[in-house]
Parts: sequence; C-alpha cells; structure tokens
Amino acid sequence: MAHINEAPIRHKGIAVNEAAAAGITTRDIRLSAANLSIAFIALVVGGVAGLLQGLVRSGFLELPSWISYYALLTAHGVMFVLVLTSFFSIGYLYAGTSRVLGGLAPKTLAFGWTGFALMTVGTVMAAFFILTGNANVLYTFYTPMQAHPWFYIGLALIVVGILLNCVGMFITYQSWRKRNPGKLTPLFAFFANAVFVLWVFASLFIAVFVVGMVIPWAFGWVETIDPMMGRTLFWAFGHTLVNIWMLTAISAWYVSMPKLIGGKVFSDSLARVAVVILVVANVPGGFHHQILDPGLSVNLKFLHVIQTFMIIFPSLMTAFAMIATMERAGRAKGVTSLLGWWKTLPWSDARFFALIVAMLAFIPAGLGGIINASNQINQVVHNSIWVTGHLHLTVGTTVMLTFFGISYWLIPYLSGRKMTRTINRLAIAQTIIWAGGMLLMSGAMHINGLLGSPRRTANTTYNGSSAASDWAMYEMLMAMGGVILVIAIVLLVYIWAQLAFIAPKGEGDFPIGEDYSPSDASPLFMDRWSIWVGLATISIAIAYVIPLINFASGDMPGSPPFLMP
Amino acid sequence: MHIHRYEKLWLIIGSFILFIFLGIVAIQTFFLDMGPPSHAEIIDPQTVRESEIFADAELTEVGDNEYEIAIIAEMFAFQPGDLEIPAGATVHFTLASPDVTHGFKITDTNVNVMVVPGHISKISHTFDEPGEYLILCNEYCGLGHEFMASTIIVK
Repeated sequence: MAHINEAPIRHKGIAVNEAAAAGITTRDIRLSAANLSIAFIALVVGGVAGLLQGLVRSGFLELPSWISYYALLTAHGVMFVLVLTSFFSIGYLYAGTSRVLGGLAPKTLAFGWTGFALMTVGTVMAAFFILTGNANVLYTFYTPMQAHPWFYIGLALIVVGILLNCVGMFITYQSWRKRNPGKLTPLFAFFANAVFVLWVFASLFIAVFVVGMVIPWAFGWVETIDPMMGRTLFWAFGHTLVNIWMLTAISAWYVSMPKLIGGKVFSDSLARVAVVILVVANVPGGFHHQILDPGLSVNLKFLHVIQTFMIIFPSLMTAFAMIATMERAGRAKGVTSLLGWWKTLPWSDARFFALIVAMLAFIPAGLGGIINASNQINQVVHNSIWVTGHLHLTVGTTVMLTFFGISYWLIPYLSGRKMTRTINRLAIAQTIIWAGGMLLMSGAMHINGLLGSPRRTANTTYNGSSAASDWAMYEMLMAMGGVILVIAIVLLVYIWAQLAFIAPKGEGDFPIGEDYSPSDASPLFMDRWSIWVGLATISIAIAYVIPLINFASGDMPGSPPFLMP
Repeated sequence: MHIHRYEKLWLIIGSFILFIFLGIVAIQTFFLDMGPPSHAEIIDPQTVRESEIFADAELTEVGDNEYEIAIIAEMFAFQPGDLEIPAGATVHFTLASPDVTHGFKITDTNVNVMVVPGHISKISHTFDEPGEYLILCNEYCGLGHEFMASTIIVK
C-alpha cells in the first residue's frame, strides 16, 4: 500500500492520491480541481445574488442605487446556469474519464487547460460587466437589448473555452478506442463523451449568435440585428444546455449509484440507448421556449413539442433503471418483500442520500416540464414565476443535489482525503436543508406563477393592484426559502473546504459500478459516435433549417441597439 | 439487448400516456383553433409608432360586442394603456414593439403573447367576467420593466 503521508503536498493543499483504487495522476487531478474551484466561487457569488433577489422581491430589502435587481438577476443566472454547471461538469467528467480510461491523453490536458483559461477569463470579464451595471440583459441577453460589447467577448471566451474542452474529451475517448479495438468503452466514458457531443452542438448555435451576430452589432460594425433569429439561436443552445446537465447528472445515477448501494449497473445497453436518444432527439426541442413567439408557425411549434415529448422517453427508462438497480441490490441482500429493499439502501451515506433526494425531486420537476411543453397550455405559465419554480426543481434541485452528492466522493478522490463521519452527517443535513429550502421556494413560485406573478421582475405591486396583493405571501415564502438555501450554501462551502484541504488523509475511490449481466453489454456499434452525431444533425436540421432560413432571407428589418442601462 | 418484461410494460404505458397528452393537445390546436398565438406579419420596428395600424389607435367596434385594438408595447408602457370594455366583449389585440421584446399578459386570462420587434403579434379573448384585469409586461425589457402595466375594466 502506498504511503500517502509521503506524498508531496501540491499547490492549494491538494495531495497526490496515488493510493486511490485506480490512481489518478496529479496532472489530471490538477485540471479537475481547477475547474471545481471556479465552480465553487460561482456558487457563492450566484447564491448571494439569489438571496438578495429574494429579499428585494418580498420587500424586505431595498437595493442601493448603484446596483439594480436586474444586475443581480443577470449575475445569478450566469453564475449558476452557465459558470457553475459548466466548470463542475468538466471537472467531474474529466476526473471520471481519467478514472475509467486510465488517464487523460497529454493533448487532452493541453486543450483542457487552454479551455479552462479562456473560460475563466471570460467568466471574470462577464462578471465584471454584470456587477458594474453594464450588462443588465439577464442570462438570456435577448437582443435588441444591448450590453457593453466586452461583456459579449467574455461570453464568447466561455463558449470557445467549452469547445476546447469538448475536443479534449474526444481526443482521450477516441485514443482509448484505438488502443482497445473490439472493446466497448466504459459506460462512464460513454456518458462523458455524449455530454461533450451535445455541448458541441449547443456551442455552435450560441457561437453563431454571439460571435456572428451580437459582437459585430455591439461594436457598431453592423447597424441592426434580428431579434427573432437571436431568440431562435439562443434557445437551440439553451435547451440543449439543460440536457447537458441532465446527462451529466444521470451519469452518476447510472454508473456510481449502483456501486454506492452495493449493487450493480442494471443494464449497460439500455443506459447507452437512453444516452443516445438524449443526444439525437435533444436539440430540436428549443421552440418550447418560443411557443408564444410571433413568426413561427403553429406546425413548427408543434413539431418541437413532439420532439420535446420524445425526450421524456429516456427519463422513463432512467426511472425504471434506478428503481430496478435499487431493488436488485436489496434482493441480493436477501430481501423478499415487495418494497422492503427500500430499507436496505444506504440512507446514512451522504453520497447516496443526495442522489436519491435528487431523483425524488425529478418527479415533480419532470411533471412540471410536461405541463410547460404542452403547447397551448404553456400560455398559462409562460414567463410567470411558475417557470422559475420549475427550473429550481430541475437544475436547482435534481441536478445541483446530484452535483453535491458527486462532490462528496469527487473532492476526496482528488484531494486524497476522506469523508469523515462528521462531514458525512453535515452533508446529510446539507441535503435536507437544501431540498427543504428549494421545496419551499419552488413550491411558492409555482403557486405564485399560477396567480399571474411574472418572472424576472423586480419588486412591484403594479400600483396596488388586487392581482399583485395575492402574491405577497408567496413572495415572503420565496424569500424564506432563499434564506434557507443560503444557509445550505454556507454549510456546503464548509464541507468542501474540509474535504479539499483539512480532512484527514484517506483512500477515497471514484465509485464505478459493474455490469449486472456482462452478457447484456451493448453491441459495439453503440460506440460509433459518427452514427449518433449524424442522426442528431439530421434531427436538428428537420427542426431548425426552415425557420432559420426563413428569418435569414425574409427581409427582416432588424433592430438598432437599446443599451442596458 | 434484453428488455425486462416490467420495463417493456412501463415504457409502453408511459409512452401511451404521453401519446394521449400529445393527442389532446394536437386536437385542440389543429381542430379547435386553440393553438398558441403564431401570427406571421413583419413590420419595421423603427416605423411602428407612425404606422397606420398603430398610430393613435383606439378601441374600435367591429361587430356585435366585438372589438379590436392595436397596442404598442414599448419601454415601459402599453400605448394605449387603460381600457374599458363591456362584459362579454371579444377583443382582438394587435401588438408590436418599436424597441425591445416585451410580453403581453392579462392576469386571470389565458392572454399571453410575446411581442418581438420586427413582428406583429395577434391574440383574442372574450371577457365574460366583469371586473378589473391587470395587463403586465412579463418579458424583461429594461430597468423600468416592473412598471410596465395597465388595466382593463370590464363592466
């Protein structure tokens, strides 16, 4: 057994974890740790912004004149939905890939570090312009609202940085396949590759928009921009992004959760089928964000609704696989009753607990999503704070709690420390506090949205209107939820600091489940990504070629800029 | 690829339910004219304020208890703003923006439509219940977004 005490202490107090079950190299550790560090900072900044928003909207706080509610809201959106999720996903997926593929290729590290540098610089730039009030455009930055031109440069750097990380992943993945002909790629690597494939599609859309349209317009090189083209390109990206998060999160459910509960991966082949459907059918759902837009036909909108519903299918598969995995593990321990296996699950292991609370949250989250996507039913909730409630359940609870659960094994794995019993108990508490806060806040948002309260709107009673007076109580509940969530963030930062720098050294592994039935392995062609990329391109074309050509050629008059502020 | 019997059952039932949902929504959209507002007409945002449809627009009666009104959605008001209509009236709203994207939402109704510069939006509603309805902009449009509202009084 290697002597961990002899391992040199690296920069930032991260020790080399040579004794980890499959030895991740220092170089790979550093890259993942760097990405996670930025993710943690983004969590704090975004969390503070969110707290302030909740207090302002419920009337408990009035902001000083030098910062607007909308600057905070922009920061909250960008930090959580773009920065935290991206940096965390990259850190996690790169580490897991290194674990299962025996290390990242040297070229991957080059791309990874360059990507990291661009993303970080871009993040700092974007944050600077947001917090100084020069980019009050919200995370969606719909044109023709216009922010400071260098804000968009910051965004472009983030997107290019992400693309470089995608290339990095493909290099390691394909190099493993070349060195291992006739072997199926490990399931985790398959998931990771899928995430980055989706990210390429998403990034291309947003790059065309930001680099091709917005930046020339923001610098004054072109006079006008077409807002509908902008919205369409943005949501091709934005919608894909949520499935990127989902694929990242469910990689932990499919691959690691079985190991955590002493069970096995239910079905390697069906997991890959779910992944492939998500990749192929994903992008063409973008119009469900534009159901009430002019200029898009009823037929086209309905096509996207159908494609959105298709995405529900892999979630149904996932739900079945999760429960089957848990039941099988219980039966292997000797449980014979119908539901008795529920009790044999490791509820007191924070890594599992966070994951299963996330899975449970996915039920209302998914149901809400079906409602939102149901074509004309969307009219009842569009742009109301119901939608905000929905997204705090999906990304805010399901994805975030999964990420937190992942961090409880990922950080010790990278830092060479161990999750002590105390930290574990704190992590369980953190999960409960976070879920409770989200349930309260999101629940209040759902109800308030049905009562007509708009999203993305500063505190107002609309001149004392009676409609607005219905919202006051729920806004208070939202603020309470926000306060609870900030407590959970503080707890989480403490846990992470412990796991990264202070906890005693130990051997933590990155849990990778084994296949339940090796004979059920996928056929080899599943690894042929050219097939899935090809199919995804066709499905995207079906959904987007007609409207985009329409907008590009329709003699659109275009809009001049409207500076925010 | 072996699919467990229960999983086949689960997926078939699940898909069937989704199919029913899609079917209901499709029938309403394509046969009952309940589809989302999807008007297709282009207008130059820089000419909206002077255009024939929108300049000095007023509530106009076009049929038996049927009205139409052209409204400009701009930063940060609806022009014309407050409206008064009789109960049971059907109103056809025509909207455009001379500046940024706005939303047009009437609380306690299903009137909810995006107003995107370059396009004209149309939506209609029959106001059966008398009372006071709040019109608000539900798409962030700038630092005055939370002030963008008006009232419809249905007598």
